[in-house]
Amino acid sequence: MEVALAALIGIFFVTAVYLMLSPHVIRILLGVAVLGNAVNLLIFTSGRLTREVPPIVPDGMIVADPSIANPLPQALVLTAIVISFSFFAFLLTLAYRAFQELGTDDTDTMRIAEPADEAAPPTGY
Amino acid sequence: MNAAIDGTFIAILAPFFAAALAPFVVRMLGHNGSWLLALVPAGIFVHFLGYIDQTVGGAGIASVWDWWPGMGWPLSYLIDGLSLMFALLISGIGTFIILYSGGYMKGHPQLGRFLSFMFLFMGAMQGLIISDNLVTVFIFWELTSITSFLLIGFNTTKEKSRRAALQALVVTGGGGLSLLAGIILVQLVAGTSDLSTLLTQPGLLQTSPYYMPILLLFLGGAFTKSAQFPLHFWLPNAMEAPTPVSAYLHSATMVKAGVYLLMRIQPIMGDTLAWSIILPIFGGTTLIVGTLLAVRQTDLKLMLAYTTVASLGLLVMLTGTSNEIAIQGAVLYLLAHSLFKGALFMVAGLIDHGTGTRDVTKLGGLAKAMPITFGAAAFAALSMAGLPPFIGFVAKEELYLGIWGTEPPFLALTITAVIGNALMLVIGFAVAFKPFLGAKVETPKAAHEGPLLMLAGPVVLSVCGLASAIFLHWTSVHLVGPMASSVAGKVLTPALHLFPTAIKANLILSLITVALGLVLFFRLALLRGIMDRVLRTIGWGPDLGFDQFMNGTVLAAHRVTRLVQPGQMNMYMKVAFAMTAAAILLPLILLDELPNWPEMPDMRFYEWGVMAIAVIGLAAVLNAKNRLTAIVALGIQGFAVALIFMLFGAPDLSFTQFMVETLSVVILALVMTRLSLYQDDHRSPVRTVVDGTLALAVGGGFFLLLLAVVQQPFNAELSDFFREHSVAIAHGRNIVNVILVDFRGVDTLGEIAVVAIAGLAILALIRVRPKTRPKAQPISDNSNVGVVASAKTSPAQETTQ
Repeated sequence: MEVALAALIGIFFVTAVYLMLSPHVIRILLGVAVLGNAVNLLIFTSGRLTREVPPIVPDGMIVADPSIANPLPQALVLTAIVISFSFFAFLLTLAYRAFQELGTDDTDTMRIAEPADEAAPPTGY
Repeated sequence: MNAAIDGTFIAILAPFFAAALAPFVVRMLGHNGSWLLALVPAGIFVHFLGYIDQTVGGAGIASVWDWWPGMGWPLSYLIDGLSLMFALLISGIGTFIILYSGGYMKGHPQLGRFLSFMFLFMGAMQGLIISDNLVTVFIFWELTSITSFLLIGFNTTKEKSRRAALQALVVTGGGGLSLLAGIILVQLVAGTSDLSTLLTQPGLLQTSPYYMPILLLFLGGAFTKSAQFPLHFWLPNAMEAPTPVSAYLHSATMVKAGVYLLMRIQPIMGDTLAWSIILPIFGGTTLIVGTLLAVRQTDLKLMLAYTTVASLGLLVMLTGTSNEIAIQGAVLYLLAHSLFKGALFMVAGLIDHGTGTRDVTKLGGLAKAMPITFGAAAFAALSMAGLPPFIGFVAKEELYLGIWGTEPPFLALTITAVIGNALMLVIGFAVAFKPFLGAKVETPKAAHEGPLLMLAGPVVLSVCGLASAIFLHWTSVHLVGPMASSVAGKVLTPALHLFPTAIKANLILSLITVALGLVLFFRLALLRGIMDRVLRTIGWGPDLGFDQFMNGTVLAAHRVTRLVQPGQMNMYMKVAFAMTAAAILLPLILLDELPNWPEMPDMRFYEWGVMAIAVIGLAAVLNAKNRLTAIVALGIQGFAVALIFMLFGAPDLSFTQFMVETLSVVILALVMTRLSLYQDDHRSPVRTVVDGTLALAVGGGFFLLLLAVVQQPFNAELSDFFREHSVAIAHGRNIVNVILVDFRGVDTLGEIAVVAIAGLAILALIRVRPKTRPKAQPISDNSNVGVVASAKTSPAQETTQ
């Protein structure tokens, strides 16, 4: 099972990286969203997969049966999902505001911080 | 050895305290405060005088003060003939320099700061020569570079002095780093960096396979500090500093730190082939180049500065011979040089102070107006010229005796020394007699004698040059003998005579030197013209090279920055992903940890179905031509992920993922109505291939990595802990929830904080806007979904679109 998911995760990464290499902010953002899912699946799968048995201790038992799904990656991924969502929302807003201010969504022309024709630093003492 | 603080440690620290107090003293007492402050170095001088009898016979006194127990960072000192001579020079000359500064800088608004820097330097220099541990030596060594920087650049409003200060710092600081590397190697080879221990093991370093690197690194430090050709150029430029600085740092003490280092390591690193080739060649070249360059100058201070370079060359040359007599000559010359050069610099300052100019061609006939200055100058110059009955004469006799020989190497050394000394005489006379004798020349200020504060130094130092020669027996037993013993590494009892007892080679050489010097002195103008023309023809020099180096460094740094930070985010992304792929793939391939070829997975048909939905979603995102497709496609892959979580026993993740994906789609829809998605990606075919390759490399890398990971046996220790203790300890049955809110509750708190901060940042981004901002018009999208065109468009905006 892990093999199939590993392949799927590979495809997720390919898509995410290809999107993020686009010059356009909006595609980069789509890539970030996909990347978040890719990483979450990666963590989830490396904790090994178990079908359909959630990590819950049934009533009347103190210790759960070892056949349950691994709870640890789930806890990690749960945190990661929320964080990557808030990160994504922030990036979207940032892109939106950048577009409003700069009038472009092409990262090659967004050069306020590092202008292309930056003069050489002064020499002398 | 003892482990307590004693008087010497107090003496080491005293200048630093004086540095802290100096500004307050000056504020209260004005320039006369230097009388009070001079008591500090005077006290130190008296303290060290007490050691004189103990070092006779070449004995050394070492002590350790573990001032911070447990840190392993004790302060230790080593007093032997070598460090004692330096300590006496530093504190003795320092006393008069502090007095002189008070007179020279009288009324200067920053006199307090100046004296403070001077005391800092004094402390650093004293620490350098007295420390037993090489690492401590290095720290003080760099401290002298830094204080020298502060003092050379004291006149901060002048570009020339800023340049000189930076130059001195770069050259000597760079040499300091070289020294540090050498010290580390010594520590590795010898297992200790305590000089007192190293000096008991002669031969250890010379026979080590690391001898050459150690020697070269130490020489890198010594040659930069002591301004050896071709790194001599910083020293004449350092004359931009106020004259007391030139007299103290750049003639009498700091520039001798390099010579000190060479003399200190002579017993443990000297007397090898490399040592006796490198040192005399560099030293001899520096001697000749220094004197020739001095001849060209007309500024009194610059003439003296170049002869300082030359004298340092002579000292290095003599140390390089490892010959006992030559070492005695070097020791005598070092003493003589500190006395006469310190005095002459102060004389130059007095002339400047009394007449308003330092140009030797515009000075003459000052003897009447400045008789005391003239007397001091004459004494010092006679010592510099090497005439009896001054200590300079004794030194020259001894060093000629040490290097004279008929074999070619000795002959070369002798000729070099004779020419150098003759030219030294020329400069000495030009500085000390030319301004005072002859016809009176009008000067910018009416010539007048300096104040007592300024006269004390040159008078005392030049008289010392006479007294040390007259009481030669005392000098030889108490100062020269012990120091020469330390340098040679064995007990030496020099047999010195003020007046030659027999006609020997050295006396004849002295006569030749004086004769040659006098001839050249009367042809000085001609000589100066020749040197000037020669140097103009050469044009380039290391000083110009320094500018080219500095500017070149700045421009090269600029170009490298532009190369690795071209300002295009795409480039940064490419680099980041390429590094990611390399970081994953290279270890897998190089360490032969590639996973085995997997078997066909045993999957149920609906699992295949969900995965297919995810892939379709991804493909649709990649190909999305308009906003709606993009949003929907992103939603599809997100929901597919949620289904995968559901199928593999993670309902909590699944619910969260569903919620988050829904919210994401909503927010995306809101934002995308205002942002454009170009119809195509605007990627050229080449770029598509490059990006695609990178993406495949990263994706393939993660695929292989994950395969390799899951083929390893799983360590379930941590998961089992949560499984077993969830109910028992935390009283919760949903283990994932228990981990989040109980076992790792603080992490969850941090996560909530992150979400809150992201929310605040979003709010700030939306609410805070500059007052006059150009309104952007969304670029039309072919889908025309929710286009909200802004009504207002600024002219600037229109031109860009």
